[in-house]
Amino acid sequence: MLKYLGKRIGRSVLTLVIILTIVFCLLRLMPIEGYFPNFEKMTPQQIQVGLQEMGLTDPLPVQIARFFKDLLKGDLGTSRIYRANVPVTEVLSDKVPVSIKLGVLSMIVSLCAGLPMGALMARYKFRFFDKLGTLFIVCIQAIPAAVYYLYIQLYGTQILNVGLLFDIKNPKYWVLPVLSMSLNNIAFYGMWLRRYMVDESNKDYVKLAKAKGVSEGGVMFRHIFRNAFVPLAQYIPTAFLNTVIGSIYIESLYSIPGMGGLLVTVIKKHDNTMVQGIVLLYACVGVLGLLLGDLLMVLLDPRISLGKKEGDR
Amino acid sequence: MSDKNIPDKMLTVEDLEIKFDLRGKTLNAVRGISLDLYKGEILAIVGESGSGKSVFTKSFMGLLDQNGRITGGKVMYYGADDGKPVELTALKKEKEWYKIRGHEVAMIMQDPMTSLNPLKTIGEQIMEAVRLHQKLSRAQAKEKTLKYLEDVGIPHPERRFNQYPHEFSGGMRQRVVIAIAIACAPQILICDEPTTALDVTIQAQILELLKALRHKYKLSIILITHDLGVVANIADRVAVMYAGDIIEIGTSEDIFYDPRHPYTWALLSSLPQVGVKGSDLFSIPGTPPNLFTEIKGDAFAPRNSRALKIDFLETPPYFQVSPTHKAKTWLLDPRAPKVDPPPVVEKIRNGGLI
Repeated sequence: MLKYLGKRIGRSVLTLVIILTIVFCLLRLMPIEGYFPNFEKMTPQQIQVGLQEMGLTDPLPVQIARFFKDLLKGDLGTSRIYRANVPVTEVLSDKVPVSIKLGVLSMIVSLCAGLPMGALMARYKFRFFDKLGTLFIVCIQAIPAAVYYLYIQLYGTQILNVGLLFDIKNPKYWVLPVLSMSLNNIAFYGMWLRRYMVDESNKDYVKLAKAKGVSEGGVMFRHIFRNAFVPLAQYIPTAFLNTVIGSIYIESLYSIPGMGGLLVTVIKKHDNTMVQGIVLLYACVGVLGLLLGDLLMVLLDPRISLGKKEGDR
Repeated sequence: MSDKNIPDKMLTVEDLEIKFDLRGKTLNAVRGISLDLYKGEILAIVGESGSGKSVFTKSFMGLLDQNGRITGGKVMYYGADDGKPVELTALKKEKEWYKIRGHEVAMIMQDPMTSLNPLKTIGEQIMEAVRLHQKLSRAQAKEKTLKYLEDVGIPHPERRFNQYPHEFSGGMRQRVVIAIAIACAPQILICDEPTTALDVTIQAQILELLKALRHKYKLSIILITHDLGVVANIADRVAVMYAGDIIEIGTSEDIFYDPRHPYTWALLSSLPQVGVKGSDLFSIPGTPPNLFTEIKGDAFAPRNSRALKIDFLETPPYFQVSPTHKAKTWLLDPRAPKVDPPPVVEKIRNGGLI
């Protein structure tokens, strides 16, 4: 297990290096006009000096080596345009915690609401609650998120009596963004848990459990839910990370100072060091999500053993 | 039925009818079965696939699929702790069934590969049954569980207790399933083709185990199978089922040495053990009747080359052959012409099979 974990982490690091190198090389292919706000008025000498200052005239391998050397020291460089001369780490450390807090809260809400919803839907299959849940899921999936986000903001702010401008210290202001972000995941967990539970409930071992005399609730919880949760668990870390990354719209709707949309902004602004920093963050988060998902599976399903060669099946 | 006999009976079924709603049509899965199960016996129910064997026994546990319903007749159970008969067909609520399932009637299913929960240790799964039906502390339940594991012939129960189903072979898993069933401490054990998914050597072991457990735990066993070899090996009585009805029932000897119904003859003739080397194995022509339509007369008549005219017109009643043996065929009517059983019967009598 530990050996597998070591291997797996090693591979993850390699993945990160490859991603960063590719992004780094791609960024160097960007037209140099973007680096200077007043490119047209500059002389070739000025441009040359400017590029030299940024270290862009060195051969590519040298630049890459320098980048990774700095990275090992924890230095992601400084932002040049987005927030001039502020270290990238500092820019991100202001914004990342806000996004992560939003993501964690929304994940808790969506698990707490989505899992019971799915379980109840499976328990009362084809009955009223199931139909109600299906209606909810279909609405969430079919209506463009922007539409109900706007309505939630419009009526939510009135009901909760909060202003449109986000106040990071007031918990009341977190309710609406967290709710908006959770809706999609609630539908996701509800839909898949119901589906997996219905699948499980047709299996022989469930019939045997019933024949044993286990009560309906007992069968549902101890056997069906537990087993249906396993395939779902794998996606939870990834879903969480998607929430963190994919909150661009909500963050801008409530003007939350998170990092949603930051990547697009800095690419537009040609702020290479910022782009690299954010890509590194996203890549880490993605790789970590997959790793955690797999580890969660191992913890939940005894049939899956990591590292060991599969003997008999 | 005299009062004197009642204590010996575990279960009586009277004219049980079960129907399924399927794609807007009604399937008559069980068509008026009557049957008694006696204490401590092994009753085999044989019949081809789709003859309603499993459905019939599932109705004793209230485990019919959602589209199935009992439309007539009743099932009485006499083994309850308080000695009062229970009318199983009158139980409506799930809660009422919890007292029956496992505690009175337990079940072993066909495929041991799928009938255990893959994510729970086998110890947990057996203990779940022990704790449900026997009021014991955790430690006592564990001890009991280890004893059951030993009883069903699983070596190193201490170590096996904490293992998961995927660490067991098919035969071992079926032993675990059996351990779960006896851990419920039932009166009746329904074995739904317990050996079909296992290879021949393991089959014999499992049958031996069932025989041993029957005496140890005083079980009445209903064994569903389509393997007559298994039946001959283990059953006290045999019921032959065809198209949702029991067409002949008697002791093992009655059925193997003195079969009366043409379908039983046909079944015995198609046994590979009695086939003649070099010649084709006998197979019953035609297909079983469509259970979506009302069946008139003897259900087997269309496939019976020697059917009588009346077989197509009227359903035969049971004719008593001996106190233990009865069959539903017009051949037993005093007015019927004499039809000789096929040669296979003579062959079995001369020691061909058992």
